[in-house]
Amino acid sequence: MSDTNNTPKPYWPNLAAGVGLGLVLLASYYVAGRGLGGSGATARVTAGMMHLVAPEHTEGIGYLSKYFHDGVLNWSNWLVFQIIGVFLGGFFAALTANRFIPQVEKGDEISKKERFGYAVLGGGIMGLGARIAKGCTSGQGLSGGATLALGSWVFLIGLFIGGFVTAIFFRRLWR
Amino acid sequence: MTSIAPLAKTAFLDPEINLALATLIGFGFGFFLERAGFGSAKKLTDQWFGKDWAVFRVMFTGIVVAMLGILTLDQLGIMPFGSLYLNSTFLLPQTIGGLMMGGGFVIGGYCPGTSFVGLASGKLDAAFYIFGLLIGAFVFAELWDLIEPYLQIGSMGKITLFQYFGVSQWLIAFVVVLIAIGGTMFANWFERRKG
Repeated sequence: MSDTNNTPKPYWPNLAAGVGLGLVLLASYYVAGRGLGGSGATARVTAGMMHLVAPEHTEGIGYLSKYFHDGVLNWSNWLVFQIIGVFLGGFFAALTANRFIPQVEKGDEISKKERFGYAVLGGGIMGLGARIAKGCTSGQGLSGGATLALGSWVFLIGLFIGGFVTAIFFRRLWR
Repeated sequence: MTSIAPLAKTAFLDPEINLALATLIGFGFGFFLERAGFGSAKKLTDQWFGKDWAVFRVMFTGIVVAMLGILTLDQLGIMPFGSLYLNSTFLLPQTIGGLMMGGGFVIGGYCPGTSFVGLASGKLDAAFYIFGLLIGAFVFAELWDLIEPYLQIGSMGKITLFQYFGVSQWLIAFVVVLIAIGGTMFANWFERRKG
């Protein structure tokens, strides 16, 4: 990259980033009639990988069968196209703020290997949790929150309690 | 006046263009997440140790802006609230799922959406996190027959807070704005106290 000498720019104030996020969410409802999602596409990717290994078994699973039509995984899904955009938008924003830096982010008291292990563990818990709750921080928290869905506000309360309580026991990870 | 939105449902929009716009909307989502600092697991997890309440402030600002826009467009007859996708309520799964999302957030450092921004910012740990997401979805799919019955506990259908409490949507909106402002004031005080 040509501008690696440039230092990363400061993050935007919370209010400015939050207003931008809110307007994108509103645009999503205005255009598609639905909100944003972070985890929906990963379930489809999982179904696709399982299908490569064990096609009949995968199509036989009640939860995944809806992804397949005549034995072919349907990729033309709104959330799949949206998450590709999230990656591209994040990449563009990181580049233009001099924040694209290959690295491993972790607390000082743990090794890189430990960080990778905890990342897989945390991702696993959230991958499972997002399926149980039928949405993640984006689909339940942001989108369900803005449409005032009762269950999404129950989810939001659970999210913040779960985060603060778990933090008591995992202080070492990020110190 | 006839409603003109959501565009994909009022036949203003071809399905193919709707998918293309999904990428554009996702681009905006990823852009603002990155600008907020949410491509960084450290910035994100500072929330849970009370050091930096950016997750709360950005999230609730976003909720308030979108909520007020949605309710206003509904009031003007431009975009009927009933035409929008609404998450169904399942009290037990959403409570357990919510707690797991909070716990996994601390341990993994990201939430699903922000992990893609982290990866796009060059964070190798985000790749491992996304691998974990796939494993979580795999475990869920394999256990589907076992846990499916429990996912219906507390099922209340598509119901909003204002329908549940039997009040105006604007009263609930007012309370949400109060929670956002009150929470932000508390967060600011908490950060100063620690700082």
